[in-house]
Amino acid sequence: MNSKMIFNTKYRQLLEFVVEAIIRISGYSAVVFVGLIFLFLMQESLPTFGEIQARDLWSQRWYPIENYFGVLPLLSGSLIITLGAALIAIPFGLMTAIFIAEIAPLWLREILKPLVEVLGGVPSVVLGFLGITVLAPLVREELYLPTGLTAFTGAVLLAGMAIPTIVSVAEDALDAVPKAYRDAALALGATRWQTIWRVTLPAARSGVLTATMLGIGRAIGETMTVMMVTGNAPQMASGLGSLFISLRTMTATIAAEMGEVANGSLHYHVLFSIGLILFLISLTVNITASAVLFRARKRTERLLS
Amino acid sequence: MRVTGSRYIIIIFVIGALVLSACGAEINRLQNADMVDSVTLTNKGSDTIVNLALAWAEAYHATYPNVSVSVTGGGSGTGIAAMINGTVDIANASRRMKEKEVDNAKENGYVPVEYVIARDGIAVIVHPQNPINRLTLQQLSDIFSGKITNWVDLGGENRPIVCLSREVNSGTHVYFLESVVRMGNKNDETFFSPGTLLLPSSEGITSEISQNPNAIGYDGLGYVTDAVKTVAVSPSDDGLYIMPTIKTVIDDTYPISRALYMYLPGEATGYTKDYIDWIYSEQAQSIVEELGFVPVD
Repeated sequence: MNSKMIFNTKYRQLLEFVVEAIIRISGYSAVVFVGLIFLFLMQESLPTFGEIQARDLWSQRWYPIENYFGVLPLLSGSLIITLGAALIAIPFGLMTAIFIAEIAPLWLREILKPLVEVLGGVPSVVLGFLGITVLAPLVREELYLPTGLTAFTGAVLLAGMAIPTIVSVAEDALDAVPKAYRDAALALGATRWQTIWRVTLPAARSGVLTATMLGIGRAIGETMTVMMVTGNAPQMASGLGSLFISLRTMTATIAAEMGEVANGSLHYHVLFSIGLILFLISLTVNITASAVLFRARKRTERLLS
Repeated sequence: MRVTGSRYIIIIFVIGALVLSACGAEINRLQNADMVDSVTLTNKGSDTIVNLALAWAEAYHATYPNVSVSVTGGGSGTGIAAMINGTVDIANASRRMKEKEVDNAKENGYVPVEYVIARDGIAVIVHPQNPINRLTLQQLSDIFSGKITNWVDLGGENRPIVCLSREVNSGTHVYFLESVVRMGNKNDETFFSPGTLLLPSSEGITSEISQNPNAIGYDGLGYVTDAVKTVAVSPSDDGLYIMPTIKTVIDDTYPISRALYMYLPGEATGYTKDYIDWIYSEQAQSIVEELGFVPVD
């Protein structure tokens, strides 16, 4: 038994085959899992539509223990909180990324980037706890609101969770823009700001867009933090003014109520329908993002050829 | 290099497999040893009861070391749903099972058996600096259904009222809806106002009330701390205002009190029966009183 015998050609071929199969299976598995999740959601949520009418789902009262299953307050709550988070996180995140990639000196950059990534690793329940004890009283006192447990509090914390993702991915994209672009712009007499705004940022736009989408995706799916700080009142949100009242999100509803329902009850199916809505929303966000990216890439190719 | 690389990988796999299988065997052995002479009862449900159930579980385990009771909270609805689905031995509930839930359980082959294991007063609490000291049931109903929205209408400061409630899976929520918001009237269709904040835990309510002078909420008597102020409640407009204490809950003068329940998925047998019997012992019922609940006979 020596090593020459073990590693003969046949054995290598077998190994090659096995490794290739493993890699292939992992590659396909993502697609298969998404498909299975979708099928499962469909299977568990479809009975909803046999038991209550779409009109009842599309109404404004959510009170499941007395069979009021209007999902509009939850849907609008999720959307407005995510929008609020995006409005805070995108400008702030992009500016931070630009600062780290383009302006900060090397030593500062080497401190800042890992720090931002550590911020991204803070568990959401810890942020929620900070939100309850520190941010909520602050919001109530500074904005003269009746309570600090509002959609705005949730949006600020979600922005805090999305920013590390946005900064990290956008910074990588900006960093990948060839130095020659910047040199050329500067040589043409552009100021530093003009270089950043007109050359570097557009050149990195696909990465920047991905960063934004990943950040928003993190915000809309987040559960624990919003459940702790948004007050969970199922009120209709209409417009940005609703950021300053308590709202209930779809994720928090599923988390708070899924434990309570009996398997196969109407409430159970409705909660799965909400899960399906969330799934479709994130699917739409992702597809839109890749469509935009695809178009952008094609245009660049046209310009370059 | 390639050959050594793959050899390393194989060695790592082999070592990994050996370690894993060794662990598995060890765990199996431990579990088997455990199975022989000890039993675990699962007990789940009401967050109101969870501290009491934990204290009981500890005291019981101290007396009978071979029986451990694993207690989890989640809300009365959660515990009852788990019993209907056959995943717990004992469900805790701070409300009675609904007919629909009993039917669901029967469909799954369980006939629920009910035990009243303690009583609880529900305290209405406000911020310590709120000048309001007493409220009638009617006023409470108007506050939580959104008819009264400013403390000034109740003789307090000019501040908006923020109502806090437990989540809908809480038995306390259901009880408060039925006996306070709807004042015991079964045909009443009044709801909590949509602006009522639904907080996932009793602690969440206490912590928000202790820092927000606009807030009003309710909590089981066992959860009230010094950081909040308890309000005296009167059942009728001209009646006496009564503070929730163990005494007023026992003699039934405090209007917002209720029974706490345990449900079994069938007649009690074996270890479960021993545990339930023990709960009605003097030792167990004295723990009830220590935790701020009210014992039963």
